[in-house]
Amino acid sequence: METFKKNKGTLSKLGLLSLFIIILSAAGCGGGKEKKSVVTGDAAGKVYVAPGKYDEFYEFLSGGFSGQVSVYGLPSCRLLKVIPVFAVNAENGYGFTEESKAMLNSTHGFIPWDDSHHTELSMTDGKPDGRWLFINSNNTPRIARIDLSTFRTTEILEIPNSGGNHSSPFTTENTEYVVAGTRFSVPITGNKDVPINSYKQNFQGTITFVKVDKTTGNMGVAFQILMPPFDYDLSHSGKGPSTGWFFFSCYNTEMAHTLLEANASQNDKDFIAAINWKKAEEYIAAGKGKSFPSEYYHNKLDEKTHMTTSEVLKNTIMLDPKDCPGLVYLMPCPKSPHGADVDPTGEYIVGGGKLATVIPVFGFKKLQKAIEAKDFIGDVNGIPIVKYESCMAGEVQKPGLGPLHTEFDGKGFAYTSFFVSSEVVKWKLGTWEVADRIPTYYSIGHLSIPGGDSKSPWPKYLLAMNKITKDRYLLTGPELNQSAQLIDITGDKMKMLYDFPTIGEPHYAQGIAADLVMKNQVKVFKLEESTHPYVCRQEKDTRVERKGNRVDVYMTSIRSHFAPDNIEGIKVGDEVYFHVTNLEQDWDTPHGFAIKGSTSSELLIMPGETQTLKFSPKTADIYPFYCTDFCSALHQEMQGYMRVSPANSNVPLSFSTGKE
Amino acid sequence: MKKASSLIVLVASFAMIASLFMPLWDIQLEAPQYPEGLDMQIWLDKISGDVATISGLNHYIGMKPISASMFPEFGYMKTIVIGVIVTGILVALLRKKWLYVIWFAAFLGIAALGIYDFWNWEYDYGHNLNPHAAIIVPGMSYQPPLIGCQQLLNFNACSFPTTGGFIIIGAGSVCFLVFAYELFFNRKSRGSLIKSSPGFVASR
Repeated sequence: METFKKNKGTLSKLGLLSLFIIILSAAGCGGGKEKKSVVTGDAAGKVYVAPGKYDEFYEFLSGGFSGQVSVYGLPSCRLLKVIPVFAVNAENGYGFTEESKAMLNSTHGFIPWDDSHHTELSMTDGKPDGRWLFINSNNTPRIARIDLSTFRTTEILEIPNSGGNHSSPFTTENTEYVVAGTRFSVPITGNKDVPINSYKQNFQGTITFVKVDKTTGNMGVAFQILMPPFDYDLSHSGKGPSTGWFFFSCYNTEMAHTLLEANASQNDKDFIAAINWKKAEEYIAAGKGKSFPSEYYHNKLDEKTHMTTSEVLKNTIMLDPKDCPGLVYLMPCPKSPHGADVDPTGEYIVGGGKLATVIPVFGFKKLQKAIEAKDFIGDVNGIPIVKYESCMAGEVQKPGLGPLHTEFDGKGFAYTSFFVSSEVVKWKLGTWEVADRIPTYYSIGHLSIPGGDSKSPWPKYLLAMNKITKDRYLLTGPELNQSAQLIDITGDKMKMLYDFPTIGEPHYAQGIAADLVMKNQVKVFKLEESTHPYVCRQEKDTRVERKGNRVDVYMTSIRSHFAPDNIEGIKVGDEVYFHVTNLEQDWDTPHGFAIKGSTSSELLIMPGETQTLKFSPKTADIYPFYCTDFCSALHQEMQGYMRVSPANSNVPLSFSTGKE
Repeated sequence: MKKASSLIVLVASFAMIASLFMPLWDIQLEAPQYPEGLDMQIWLDKISGDVATISGLNHYIGMKPISASMFPEFGYMKTIVIGVIVTGILVALLRKKWLYVIWFAAFLGIAALGIYDFWNWEYDYGHNLNPHAAIIVPGMSYQPPLIGCQQLLNFNACSFPTTGGFIIIGAGSVCFLVFAYELFFNRKSRGSLIKSSPGFVASR
């Protein structure tokens, strides 16, 4: 492993020094007086979507540390919705209601927050199909599935044997699998109580393939591959000729466990791991996988009962590349690669080396030839390392500083984001020549072209998602929203169109033609189809039932009253469950429910839905409740009272509506 | 009665069978917050469409919730129309002018009664309001139009016949033409009406 020994020379120090100079000088320029806007000509007209008209594309942005997904329309850049996924959302009760709580269950208990990283649309024939959106949580490893007919999180699967889930949840061409790769390697197969500095001996990574059911979308861990203790960063599925393969970028091939900013930046080249998942399926079928005891949660929302339930699973199947020749190969990639992006033809795999001075592009045909010829220069734990020159198809020279992530327009061009030089660079596949470049404000992370990682992109717009905002908008104190810019990519030259603040920190976004999602939209939940255990389909079924100190209120809401709206006989020490069914069957007529002193959230109940708020009143008092969503001309009258008496009182349980 | 006349009456009668399985009348409501509109169809034996939503909205102004039980007519309307059809077919086959005139007059009378009955319901629905309604606009009533459009508070209500209604109106119209023709132009057999006696064979 000559090539991958630590490069201890002064060279790397010089490299680091020059990077500091670049960053410092960039900071110097950024402080200039003149703020750049650089829009030309008819930019305003291109993003103008007249009132009442629809956008061409849905764009799903990950929320990063917000834990959610935000949905924008392109080209107007109007915010359409924020979908709660990995963080509780008091606004609609997500994570608070009895129905939704279980969605955030994990082996660590109920988790109210996570760091959501990469949105990925389900695909059919290598193209986004508009059915589901997947997103990973980086902190406590999980994958969520959002149903795009309701824009709701309908499933969360915990990823076992993982120290953090970053290179996820990228999908195969027909959504056979979504994947997960460990950002942080941790002890997996052996004793977990080990010194941190025994990293190289005791730590491991895993790559997980999660099977997705074709019709329901339900996820389940299919198998895991035990990997060397690197950091697995990003990934993409092969397509066309590279069908059956998956490519994962890895950094920290130095296997450092401390001060990674220096210690994990020593090797000239890290790797992109090429995984043959068709081969993995063969090995599993041949019984090469080992049953591996693991505990993990699987939380699912049932559309009919409106309830989320958790299931605890106890096992996975682990494949060790040592026992499975031909399963994994490592392609050397300069330097600390981030993106591993496959072009629309499926032939090229573009690496984005954060500290690299070139953009390396790997050729799938060359890789296959090199594997056939066993053109290897060593191995890591039995995984062959392919000779760089033998799998590299070309390098884009002097592209910029800090290449991160690449998407494609399907017309032969690639667009790569550059964090350090804060720009998007357009270059040609095959000739590897830079065609155009455009600055972003400031320090772009990811970029997105609708369908830009699929077989057939919609080559109209590119969204640049930036990490630094500073002076782009009216100032809001020290904490600023992140910024995004919309760029027109229809011409030879890229054109800046628009600039807008985003929610959380988008790490990636995916876009899709609007009609593919619009056609599936649910407008109301059908009341007659509800099998919620506490549903009340009509007002005359409303009631209050006591079992010990548990009181169930079967309540309905319709414009503009609750039934019942007077409740008496509740005592201090009772646990009151308000099961509120929204009887409306009309589009866009939600009702809210809030009660004074509740230590939970509100309920926001869609037409035909039942939602439950648990309330334990602490003192004897009269507690008003009311509708929180302006539902009608008499919304302000939509209110009621609950009388709570002392624990020892004899007030009988009673309830009524409209009784004088 | 001419052969052509009787054929037309036969076809018109058969065509009316379709009206048993189609809505007759359509009331459409549009408001600023209902750009997609609300729709209610009236059949011979039921109402369909956004009835629950319309009732939900109308309760603010004190209108009764619309339900099938408000229309005792639903119990016998179909039978009456079937009667008109069957007798229409018989009249066409018998080809007696006087029978036809009686039949057509009855048809016309039933149609007029039906429309009057519908108007009557609309009047009651729009005027007989709950005195405890949340919104009471002095002097305001909410009778939907029989045919045409009318602004009722924030709603523009439009009422028109639809498929089944058009079929009956169409059938009625051609039967009227036959009636007019037989009475005023088919004079050769005019006597048949006056002389009308069983067994009399009209000019063939």
